[in-house]
Amino acid sequence: MAVKGWIEVNELHCKGCGLCVAACPQNVMSLDMDRLTPKGYHPVHLHAEGCTGCGICAIVCPDAALTVYREVPVKA
Amino acid sequence: MVAPAPKIVYQRPASLATRVTHYCPGCTHGVAHRLIAEVLDEMGLREKTIGVAPVGCSVFAYNYFNHDYVEAAHGRAPAMATGIKRVLPQQTVYTYQGDGDLASIGMAEIMHAAARGEQITVVFINNAIYGMTGGQMAPTTLPGMVTTSSPGGRDVESMGFPIRMSEILAKMDGAGYIVRRSLHDPANIRKAKKAIRLAFETQERGLGFSMVELLSSCPTNWKLTPVDALTFIEDRMIPMFPLGDYKVNDEIANLRV
Ligand SMILES: Cc1ncc(C[n+]2csc(CCOP(=O)(O)OP(=O)(O)O)c2C)c(N)n1
Ligand code: SF4
Ligand code: SF4
Repeated sequence: MAVKGWIEVNELHCKGCGLCVAACPQNVMSLDMDRLTPKGYHPVHLHAEGCTGCGICAIVCPDAALTVYREVPVKA
Repeated sequence: MVAPAPKIVYQRPASLATRVTHYCPGCTHGVAHRLIAEVLDEMGLREKTIGVAPVGCSVFAYNYFNHDYVEAAHGRAPAMATGIKRVLPQQTVYTYQGDGDLASIGMAEIMHAAARGEQITVVFINNAIYGMTGGQMAPTTLPGMVTTSSPGGRDVESMGFPIRMSEILAKMDGAGYIVRRSLHDPANIRKAKKAIRLAFETQERGLGFSMVELLSSCPTNWKLTPVDALTFIEDRMIPMFPLGDYKVNDEIANLRV
């Protein structure tokens, strides 16, 4: 089973610069052209399945706007 | 049975304030801030750290960190940091400076702070331009590069050659750790963070003056998209400012962090 991950975008900090979009190895990020942040930028979002929670987007983000999560299997 | 549980892979470091920065979208000043905050968190230094902000785009750096900060006059951050560190030797003291601030108006201060072996750390942002004032030529501007004060491109015959600060400061006996890194891709950002860590380790161990030079983007004044600005660093800046370790104290060279 593929590793499942997801991101949380802090829309106060995201400036829609697109650096994370270009860096995402799974190509599952894009700017959401239907939304504006309070500062007037198009925020980034996940537009498809396939995020592995690798965290590369967070490494390139100049505004520390991303929190990255990953599902880890645990013994119940 | 296997049940999924979420694990946080990355979250905003505690040493970064919650305030939104005024930096242009995609400007890697923000990446440099983030890396410093992550390192201060990891080393547990936040409560005893004092930053010295410069004049330049990062003039408001004191608003963006969750630790003590003071503001210096243009170029004078190393002098101010010297005073603070000598009066409060237990505190961790660092300056954050652009290339105009450090290599132009502040050239004397940085040279003498390094020569004296002040136990301070310098994070030097080299974006080859004066960002704050509208994109004028800096001492680090590349030959042929168009800026508002070199509209025909930097002509080295009349305007001189770029200054390579890491190479110069590495010659100082007082320097313990001098390296150049780049913020243009994930692998290099990771290396930049490790260098910032080692620079602070140099200070904590009293091994002399430490500086990390970071090749950084200015999409606005380079008139490039944020993504293209990172390509400019890789293709144009690195050949002029080679990445590498210019001086590393033996104790730091053998340190595993
Ligand atoms: C004494 C003094 N001289 C000149 C200026 C104008 N000035 C403000 S910022 C700056 C240079 C900024 O460039 P840099 O240090 O490279 O930082 P950046 O804005 O690119 O991050 C200059 C010359 C000033 N504020 N004070
Ligand atoms: S890198 Fe950061 S600021 Fe830029 S679009 Fe992505 S989340 Fe937003
Ligand atoms: S002018 Fe350049 S250095 Fe200043 S915040 Fe904008 S992109 Fe960054």
